[in-house]
Amino acid sequence: MVLIKNGRVIDPANGIDEQRDLLIEKGKIKAVEPAGEIKCKAKTIDAGGQVVAPGFIDMHVHFREPGFEYKETIESGCRSAAAGGFTTVAIMPNTNPVNDTRSVTELILAQAKACGIVRVHPIGAISQGLAGERLSEMGDLKDAGAIAFSDDGRPVMNSELMRRAFEYSRMFGLPLIQHSEILDLTEGGCMNEGAVATELGLKGMPVEAEDIMVYRDIALLKKTGGRLHVAHISSGNAVELVRQAKAQGLPVTCEVAPHHFTLTDDAVRGYDTNTKMSPPLRTQNDIERIKEGLEDDTIDIIATDHAPHDMVDKQVEYQHACFGIVGLETALPLTLRLVQENRLTLPRAIEKITSMPARIFNLDVGSLSVGKLADVVIFNPEEEYTVDVSRLHSRSKNSPFDGWNVKGKVTHTLVGGKVIYSAAKN
Amino acid sequence: MSIALKNILGTRGLGREDISTILNTANAFKEISTRPIKKVPTLRGRTVINLFFEPSTRTRTSFEIAGKRLSADVINITGSTSSAVKGENLIDTARNLEAMNPDIIVIRHACAGAAELISHFTESSIINAGDGAHEHPTQALLDLLTIQEHKGSLDGLRVVIVGDIAHSRVVRSNIFAMKTMGMDVRLVGPPTMIPFEIERLGVEVSHNLAEAIRDADVIMMLRVQTERQNKFLLPSLREYSNLFCLTSEKLERAPEDILIIHPGPVNRGIEIALDVMQDERSLILDQVTNGVAIRMALMYLLLGGSDDGLN
Repeated sequence: MVLIKNGRVIDPANGIDEQRDLLIEKGKIKAVEPAGEIKCKAKTIDAGGQVVAPGFIDMHVHFREPGFEYKETIESGCRSAAAGGFTTVAIMPNTNPVNDTRSVTELILAQAKACGIVRVHPIGAISQGLAGERLSEMGDLKDAGAIAFSDDGRPVMNSELMRRAFEYSRMFGLPLIQHSEILDLTEGGCMNEGAVATELGLKGMPVEAEDIMVYRDIALLKKTGGRLHVAHISSGNAVELVRQAKAQGLPVTCEVAPHHFTLTDDAVRGYDTNTKMSPPLRTQNDIERIKEGLEDDTIDIIATDHAPHDMVDKQVEYQHACFGIVGLETALPLTLRLVQENRLTLPRAIEKITSMPARIFNLDVGSLSVGKLADVVIFNPEEEYTVDVSRLHSRSKNSPFDGWNVKGKVTHTLVGGKVIYSAAKN
Repeated sequence: MSIALKNILGTRGLGREDISTILNTANAFKEISTRPIKKVPTLRGRTVINLFFEPSTRTRTSFEIAGKRLSADVINITGSTSSAVKGENLIDTARNLEAMNPDIIVIRHACAGAAELISHFTESSIINAGDGAHEHPTQALLDLLTIQEHKGSLDGLRVVIVGDIAHSRVVRSNIFAMKTMGMDVRLVGPPTMIPFEIERLGVEVSHNLAEAIRDADVIMMLRVQTERQNKFLLPSLREYSNLFCLTSEKLERAPEDILIIHPGPVNRGIEIALDVMQDERSLILDQVTNGVAIRMALMYLLLGGSDDGLN
C-alpha cells in the first residue's frame, strides 16, 4: 500500500482540484479522500506543496527501436518518459523495420514489458513500409495491440490511399494520425518559409503545405467517415480548419507539441540544428492562434513528438541535419508556461496530457478514479531549475531548451502503484 | 582603426565603421598588386587554409593571391581533395585542420551556415567565402569598394540587383552591407526567384528591369544559376533572357553614369549582353582586381592589423 499525503490532487476526469490524500493498493487507486482522513499503515509519500495528478500520457513519441537503437531504445525512451512524468506513451511506427505488421507490434510490446517502466502503446503504419502505396493489415495490427494508425514522418500523399485508409479503418474504430505536409511544397526545405529563412538562405517550408493537407483530410473524412487526429499542428490556419470541422461535428481531433507554442522560427538564427523539426517552428502569429486553439479546445491535447537524434545526425550542416527534438523531459515545464501566462488553468493544462488523450484513444488510464490503475505523477509546479541536456534520461540530447530556466519539476512517477521515477534518486 | 572581429561570417554583423575600415585598408593595399614585386612581409609566418567544397575559380584564386601577396603560407583544399569524399564530417575536417594551427580558414560550402558551424569548433579566424544561399561577404565588400571608387561616396546611392535573388548569397551580403552604408536597394527578377518576405530586409522589389533602372546609380546583374535550377521556376532561359537580360536597348533608359557590375561567372547573352559586358561603364574586371585587395585587407585586419597610417 502507498499513501500519497498532503498533495493538491488534480484529477480533471473527475473534476477534482483540492487537498486530498490518495491511497494505492495492489496497483490500483483505493481511495481519494480529504487530507488526513485516510488512516492506515502504508508506505507514505509526502506531497506537501506539490500537485498529485494522473500520470501523463504522450500520444506521439519515437523510440527508434527496432533499427535506430543508437538514438533511443524502448528502455531509454521509457526512462525519459518516466522522468518527465509520463506513464503512458504511444510509439510512432517509423522504425526499421517499420511497424506495419503484427510481429513488429509484438516485438515493441514485448520489449516494453521486459523493461517494465511505463505503459507503451504501438501505433501501426497506415501503409506498408510507410511507402504510401498499400494499406497495412490494420485488423491484424489492432489485434496485436496497435491503438491508432499513422505514417508519421511521411505524410500520406496519395489522396486515394488516404480515402481508402479512412474507409478501411472504420471497421476497427481506430483513428488515423496524419503528419500533415504536402511534400511537393516542402522538398529540400528545412525551416518555416518566411523572413528568417530568406535572411538565413535556408529553403523554406511554406505553412500552406500543412494547411492544404489538413483541409484535404477533413474533406475526405467528411465523405468517408472514420476518425482523423491531426498530429503536431503548427499552423494557425490549420487550427482554424480543425475548429471549423469540429463545428460541423466531424470526428477530428488534434495535438500540438510544446515547442510549437514556445519557439518561433527566429530561434533558427545561428543555425542550431536543435531548432530543426517537422513541421518547422512557425511565427508569433501561429503561436497566438495555437494558444487560442488550446483555450477553446480546438486543440485537444499536447503531445511531444519526442524525436531523439544522436549528435551524429545533428552536429552537421543545418540542411543535412535530421528533423526533430527530444521532448518528454521538458514537456511539463513548457506546458506550465501556458498556466503562468494565464492561457490555461492548471487543471485544464493537465487535462490535455491526461484525460483528453485517454478519451480520444480509448485508453483506460488518465484519471484517479477509485478502482483504476494507479498511474500517478507528483510534481512541484513552482520549482525552478535549469534544463541540462547532459542529465536527460533519453539516449539523445537534441533539445533547443538546454540552458533554459524553467519552472515545474516531477518528483515522483508511479505506474501501477510502483514508483518508477523519483527525483531524489536522480 | 582595427576591427574587433574574430571571423567574417557575413556582412550582417558588420557595422558602418567596420566596413569603412575594411574599404580603407583594401584601398591602401591595391597599390601592392601594381608593383613589379607584388609581395609585402606583413603576414610572414602566418598560415591560411582555403577550404573549398564547391567549385570556384575567381574566389579561390583571389584568396590565394591575397594571402601570398602578404607573404602568408596558403594551402588550398578543394572538395575533391578533402576527406569529405571519404565521408568525413565537416566539423571533424575543421578540427583536424585546426590541429595544424592555421591562422585563418577560408571556407566555401554548399550549405547555409557552414562557416558559422565550423567557427564554433576552431580557434582560427574563419572567413566565409560563400555558404549556400546565405552570404558571400567578401564579394559584397569588393562590390562596395568598386562602387565607391567610381562614385566617391556610398551614402544614398540607388542599386538595382537583377536575377535569381532567392538562390543568391551575393544578394544577401550586398543587401546587409549596402543598407548599413545607407544605400537604397531594389531587387528585380521573376516572382519565382524572389524569396518570401524579402521586403522585410528593407528592400524594394520590382519585376520590370527597364523601369527599375531608370533612376539607378548601380546595376548588379546576377548569374542565372543554371546548375541548381528547380524546373518550376522558369519556363525557359529564352524567356528569362527576353525579360531580364541587360541589353544596350534596356540600358538606354538608365542614367548615363550608371555603373554595371556582375559577381561572375557571366553567362554571356543570358543575363547580360556581350556588348554591355564590354561597355565602358561595366566594371566586371575592376571587381576582380578589387577582390584581391579586399581579401588582403580582411586577412590583415583579422590578424590584428589596422588602417592607421596606411592611406
